[in-house]
Amino acid sequence: MTALAAAAPVRFWQRSTLVRHLTLSVLGLIVLYFVTTSLDSFANLQFAQICYTAIATAGLTVLSGLSGQISLGHGAFVAVGAYTTALLLEHLDWPLVLVLLGSVVIGGALGSLVGVAAARLRGPYLAGATLALAVGLPSLADYHGLRDLLGGANGLIVTSDPPPLSLGESFPLERWQAWICGLCLVVTLFLLANLTRSRIGRDMRLVREDEQAAALSGVHVARTQIVTFGISAAFAGLAGGLFAIVNSLAAPGAFTLSLSLSLLTAAVLGGLGSLAGAVYGAVIVTLLPNWTADLAQQADLPRAIYANIPLVLYGLVLIVVIIAFPGGIQSGVRKLGALLKARFVRPLQTRQETRR
Amino acid sequence: MTVRRPASVAVALAAVVALTATACASGDDAAESTPGITADSVTIGSTIPLTGTAAPGYSEQGPAAKAFFDYVNANGGINGRKITLKYLDDAYNPAQTVTLTKQLVLQDKVFAIVGSLGTPTHTKVVDFLNSSRVPDLFVASGCTCWDQPEKNPYTFGWQPDYTVEGKILGDYVKKNLAGKKVAYFYQDDDFGRDGMKGLDKYIDQSLVVTRQPYQPGNTDVAAQVSAIAATKADVVVLEAIPAYTALFKLTSLKLGYSPTLVASSVGADPITVSGLLENFAKQAGSSVKGQDLIEGLVTSAYLPPVDDTSNSWTALFKKIHDQYIPNVPFDGNVYYAMAYAYTFTQALARAGQNPTRQGVIDALKKGGLAGPGLVPFRYGADSHAGYTGGQIATISGGKQVSSGTPLTTDDGDGPVTPYTQPQPQAPANGIPAA
Repeated sequence: MTALAAAAPVRFWQRSTLVRHLTLSVLGLIVLYFVTTSLDSFANLQFAQICYTAIATAGLTVLSGLSGQISLGHGAFVAVGAYTTALLLEHLDWPLVLVLLGSVVIGGALGSLVGVAAARLRGPYLAGATLALAVGLPSLADYHGLRDLLGGANGLIVTSDPPPLSLGESFPLERWQAWICGLCLVVTLFLLANLTRSRIGRDMRLVREDEQAAALSGVHVARTQIVTFGISAAFAGLAGGLFAIVNSLAAPGAFTLSLSLSLLTAAVLGGLGSLAGAVYGAVIVTLLPNWTADLAQQADLPRAIYANIPLVLYGLVLIVVIIAFPGGIQSGVRKLGALLKARFVRPLQTRQETRR
Repeated sequence: MTVRRPASVAVALAAVVALTATACASGDDAAESTPGITADSVTIGSTIPLTGTAAPGYSEQGPAAKAFFDYVNANGGINGRKITLKYLDDAYNPAQTVTLTKQLVLQDKVFAIVGSLGTPTHTKVVDFLNSSRVPDLFVASGCTCWDQPEKNPYTFGWQPDYTVEGKILGDYVKKNLAGKKVAYFYQDDDFGRDGMKGLDKYIDQSLVVTRQPYQPGNTDVAAQVSAIAATKADVVVLEAIPAYTALFKLTSLKLGYSPTLVASSVGADPITVSGLLENFAKQAGSSVKGQDLIEGLVTSAYLPPVDDTSNSWTALFKKIHDQYIPNVPFDGNVYYAMAYAYTFTQALARAGQNPTRQGVIDALKKGGLAGPGLVPFRYGADSHAGYTGGQIATISGGKQVSSGTPLTTDDGDGPVTPYTQPQPQAPANGIPAA
């Protein structure tokens, strides 16, 4: 009897995706609060950087992992988001929420447009097209006619509002930015987690597995791909807006091909298609270069070696993760979870069962 | 592949917590003391491109400045304090510059930022440094934007700004190449545009036949060079970084076009440019003697020539170079970095026994700093601009040969006037007295 009564909430928890995700989001926000208040300013800055990288990676991982479309050009959507935020803040004095929504909408709109082309392209052709986007779009800032608007190679300086006075006069700016980015990350993960469990999420998986079979079972393949591309780019746009605020700039030099590639790296490292993996991946691609640079500096190596050590270690980590966990870090976490469950939870259950 | 476990998101967030927490084990220091200053050390920081397109030449500046500080430290330091320079690679990427500068200030708690390189990169951190009240000294860029004492009280330039240089070169062209057709080849950003602003104050506009911009990063300049060659301009003024001085020369060589070249000091270091010329030619499968190609190039120099060891400053820097960084070529970049390192050492010495951030700023605002430059600084209560001019020099036999007297001017409408004071000698032990 008691076992049954206990099982009801468990069943409810397992069945109601929305309640589960809402609870986890609230937990996430509580964790966010305690983390940001205990970290110093620079760590808060890194936290904010991890959050916006995770947002862009989460969008990309849904695109590549679930609907099976590859994008080597997500950095371009991040750039679009950053410039949108920069321009909105400079020319229209909108509140931050609206500015960021603007970046989401513009990023998503452009993503849908690209998605229309992407729905017609496969594999290497899609990779090539998105690669061209990553290379070509940021250089638009240097186009003569747009130079006055976008600031050319110098880019735009973004000045966002300081933390609200109600938080106290000496409230650190970095913590405020970490809050904004953390909140956006939680909202992003909540929305994407629900999306992937909705009908469109199922459609995405179907399209990824077999386009013909998906079409035969009534899934509109092209539409699913376009919508996914749009959604993915919208979150890249949000990441771009946050990038602009945290780094106080939107400049073509910040949105190079290597940004696009590091987003893809983060998605692959974390585990393609997994939202938690996007977070792990973002942590690695954000913190690793910083740590390795520090390490190299401390070792007092010759410049030619010193300058390249971060890249070498980056490559090493990539190789190790891919060899150890071909499915990304998240697959390793799952294996570990299953192992722990088999070791501790199952014996407990069997013991309970035998007692009964 | 599927997102099966939402709980894993929470696990991931927890991982972020753990990782960032370990990343910042250092706690806050005592609030009263000046950051970066202890009883026996001064820690400063800098961002410099050590990798990427802007690295050739410029990447030498970190080690060179550090070598100068190592020399000072080996000779007792300044008021008993040793100077530690931490320079980080921003790869000329503004986003990196922002993060690394914040790292230097917030995490490494440096006393000042000294000699950070680049206009597009450094403009993005000026607000941060000034609102954090961190001295932002001797930005390695001639942008006129560093001279805004009201808005950016903590930011100081060092080299002559591009407009000052443009005026001096324009004045030369007007006087010595009168009536000749002139073309501009410029970097399409603040550098090129500020430079042309200065040139245009002196060069007769009816003689300027074309202005051709280039985008840094795009190494194909054939279209621009052909357009200039088509006008048969007698003089081409280059507002370009070293790589583009070399590219212009090689491309014009192919067209059989060899005008008189006048170049901003930024792109006229003979060792850097001739090295680049030989490299580029080698990549294209031919071989040239770089030194011969830049024969006769006219520039404005504000530091003594690197090969004139009779100059006390050159002798000092060469000695330090040979002892600390013998593997780096002794060129204009090394000279440049040692010279601003000297200026910082001098400002620190003048800030007294117990230097504070404000103390260093006050020492600079008091003016009167003297160093390796051929002309004085413009530092004062109402100016944060660096060197006030330069001396016309012609490259001959791979060396920079000066002519006439040094010239000074401002970035406004002031005249170009000769500066006749002799250059001060370097201190015997190479360490500035207070």
